[in-house]
Amino acid sequence: MAAPMSELSGWFPALAIGVTFLKCLLINTYHSTDFEVHRNWLAITHSLPVSQWYFEDTSEWTLDYPPFFAWFEYCLSHVAKYFDKEMLVVQNLSYASPATILFQRLSVMFVDLVFFYAARECCKTVGDNKAKEIIGKPSFALAALLVWNFGLLIVDHIHFQYNGFLFGILLLSIARHCQSRHLEGALLFAILLNLKHIFLYIAPAYGIFLLRSFCFTSNNSDGSIKWRSLSVVRLAALGTIVLSVFALSFGPFIAMGQLPQVVSRLFPFKRGLCHAYWAPNLWALYNVADKALSILGVKLKVLDVDTLPKASMTGGLVQEFQHSVLPSVTPLATLICTVVSITPALLHLWFRPSGARGFVRCIVICAMGSFMFGWHVHEKAILMAILPLSLLAVESKEDARTFLLLTTTGHYSLLPLLFTAAELPIKVLLMVLYTLFTFTSLKTLLSKEGSLLSTVEGLYLAGLVPLEVLCEWVYPLTTWQGSMPFIPLLVTSTYCALGVTYSFIRLYLSLLRGQGVKHKDKSQ
Amino acid sequence: MGSLVQFIFRYLNTTENDLNYWGLDYPPLTAYHSLLCAHVAKLINPEWVELHTSRGYESPAHKLFMRATVLVADILIYIPAVVVYCLYLVEGSTKKKVTTIFCILLYPGLTLIDYGHFQYNGVSLGLALWGVVGLGLGWDMLGSLAFTLALNYKQMELYHSLPFFCYLLGKCVKQGLSGRGLLLLVKVAVTVLVTFALCWLPFLSDSHQVLQVVHRLFPVARGLFEDKVANAWCSLNILIKIKTLMSTETQLSLSFVLTLLAVLPSSIKLFMKPTLWQFKLALVNSSLAFFLFSYQVHEKSILLPALPVCLLLSDLPLMAIWFLQVSTFSMLPLLLKDGLLLPYVVTSLAFLYFSLFLLSGLQRATDEQLRLQPYHALFSSILPCLPRFNLGRITKWKFVVSVVLMACLSLGIVVLEPPAQLPDLFPVLVSLISCSHFLGFLLYFNLLQLSEAPARRSSKKSN
Repeated sequence: MAAPMSELSGWFPALAIGVTFLKCLLINTYHSTDFEVHRNWLAITHSLPVSQWYFEDTSEWTLDYPPFFAWFEYCLSHVAKYFDKEMLVVQNLSYASPATILFQRLSVMFVDLVFFYAARECCKTVGDNKAKEIIGKPSFALAALLVWNFGLLIVDHIHFQYNGFLFGILLLSIARHCQSRHLEGALLFAILLNLKHIFLYIAPAYGIFLLRSFCFTSNNSDGSIKWRSLSVVRLAALGTIVLSVFALSFGPFIAMGQLPQVVSRLFPFKRGLCHAYWAPNLWALYNVADKALSILGVKLKVLDVDTLPKASMTGGLVQEFQHSVLPSVTPLATLICTVVSITPALLHLWFRPSGARGFVRCIVICAMGSFMFGWHVHEKAILMAILPLSLLAVESKEDARTFLLLTTTGHYSLLPLLFTAAELPIKVLLMVLYTLFTFTSLKTLLSKEGSLLSTVEGLYLAGLVPLEVLCEWVYPLTTWQGSMPFIPLLVTSTYCALGVTYSFIRLYLSLLRGQGVKHKDKSQ
Repeated sequence: MGSLVQFIFRYLNTTENDLNYWGLDYPPLTAYHSLLCAHVAKLINPEWVELHTSRGYESPAHKLFMRATVLVADILIYIPAVVVYCLYLVEGSTKKKVTTIFCILLYPGLTLIDYGHFQYNGVSLGLALWGVVGLGLGWDMLGSLAFTLALNYKQMELYHSLPFFCYLLGKCVKQGLSGRGLLLLVKVAVTVLVTFALCWLPFLSDSHQVLQVVHRLFPVARGLFEDKVANAWCSLNILIKIKTLMSTETQLSLSFVLTLLAVLPSSIKLFMKPTLWQFKLALVNSSLAFFLFSYQVHEKSILLPALPVCLLLSDLPLMAIWFLQVSTFSMLPLLLKDGLLLPYVVTSLAFLYFSLFLLSGLQRATDEQLRLQPYHALFSSILPCLPRFNLGRITKWKFVVSVVLMACLSLGIVVLEPPAQLPDLFPVLVSLISCSHFLGFLLYFNLLQLSEAPARRSSKKSN
């Protein structure tokens, strides 16, 4: 049953206002090239007609999000003109006046209201416990974990992106499904897909869940599917909603015959297997293994140095990689791997549906599968797994354990995004505070006696501290900083990849062991 | 030790320690702290500490290092003092203690000055707080030791010295001047003297050096006040140009006499009744009186009354929050000069919101909770025919109006241009408004200390 919101109603605004104050203080911190990306898009959508939006390439940061995001930037640009008209000129590349920075940062903070609303809705769906103080309740813990999420804070409000807004829509959609308002949830997800197409990775989970649990209205007595209970009305309603949203979004471009161009902008496969800072996924481990084997091979005189490809995997921004010993990886191969990794979860969702909680679990697994095996994955994508997992973590001990591991390693892998000296204390202190809060609150909620993690897991996480000291403080002062500057990033990626892979396996095991059925469902 | 001896010679006003380029003008402990930081800096990058060539040096890594030293000092001294104070000397549940810690640490004035403007107030205030904690827990020698160290770190701590003196002396007298009282007196005196001697050891060899240091510490040549300060002299100067009318000696004597008069009632009351509650109030009264009437007061000295007011957050939330907000506001011109507008706005709003929310400032504002009985007595003696007002509600409204006024003036100082014939209009307005608030607070806290303490306090506090 849902938690009484009356007790949370005093604390939730306090949490939201507190984090907003913190975001205000971060206005003048370092921002990455993503800032220029969004400024450019403001300029494109404001100054050019719709027919030019996906053709414009004065700047290297071309529009590569779906049309709804372009319309979003268009709406923002109408407010932007009151701050500084110059930012809306397409030719003003890398324009960053104080008014521009203020406007962009405020816009991110403003649309975070969507995220706050979504978090509040999610808190309503979480069960209650017998704690007397509001601080001991799961809804409070979830509110704090979501609203003060460290990864979201540094990616959105320092590095600069609009993830809070997008994840807000995702969480709201999930909350609607938990509240059995499936049509609204589907509508929200369709809108989300047209805002950022990376969410295609979790679309299979949505598809299977809605088909199985919404279109087929009842099950047989043994839980298997009752084919005759297919509700054509519901299916038609879903189809109409999804198709009309897509029509609204892509319709103008299809009418102008620009669909191929738009698609080519949305799915640029020319980029390499790994981003410049390797995301801690399987390919990072693969690259390291390849490098290690090649060095070993040269040492053992099995391989000839001259036959090895010269392109370095570790230099430059977005280059093509060629592996020396292990077979090279193509985009098709990664797609096949991703599909193979998420298929068992989808099949489980079809054959053994376990309500909304099972659906959330499947979403997390799809997100993680795409993170582990996808092409050109950015480490920010780990947030797509961490945020929905928070919903599961405050209710189940197993999920809390996985959450602790995934969140800590995932957030740690985001630290290299902020590499300036001034941001170092901010990111370290915020991460320490958030991690401490996560550990203490989940322990208080779910495991009064003993710790949540096993010894090995605890040691692994504790190892992050010396790793950070080595990479950020000790290594730059040594002589190797000049000759091999990529070593800290490589070590960070590899270390975190181990944690992320382990979490992925744990999640799968908990799914297959039927964890999702533990919680009493409301949406069957 | 050899480098220390070399270092101390730099106190002398030679070209090496040129007073015009931020020469050293704090007591020895600051010098030792700087030496320690310099040794660490030298390990990282020797260029940072070259004597003449590093003037004005500001690379990002160097800035990070210096700011980190402030943070380290705070973590070692100020924050533990706050935590220990709240855990042991604040009554109530654990939740109340933790929220008090949070609110004290949230105080914007200290954060903005130490981390924005860049100073080490956290060290001297932290040591003074350790002194209060020591005396509050009955460890008089440790308390005296801590406070003496604070004095040797920044001479401004002299503002707090009178209450410490009166409290300890009063305690000795209460315990009987022949017997335990005398023993306590001797112990404290010895602690203080030994600490002073140890701190000033390198300079004691030559009386000329001692005089030179003292000359640096108390620059009487600088005049009654500098810039716009929210104290009585600066405000008076707007009407009567006392800075030019009177000679330096007259100014000195006038400020001395007035400060003494302002401090006397509170000190005498503390001497007669040395309890922790009286001690905290005396700290407020004494430092506030010094701030308002003393010689060569800087805006940042408002931090000295602010610290004891922070200690009153759990007892008198509304008045404490109000005072702390005014103290931050009074430093606005200085903060604007440092480009700290955004942090000022955000931290002030955060402080107001969270303190009022967590400590229920606006709910705990009845007449009795705000200790406004003396005012009723005062009014009824002067104007007996007036009806009894709900002073609590009036105070709440005064608070709201005051906050709105400060917000408007903060907005105005940023957005509006001052008229050409009054270029200093806004800083003057800020200091005038702050000064009037401070005078009101001086009256309030003095009345509070001088009237009878309520029976609510548990007996175990009196020691």
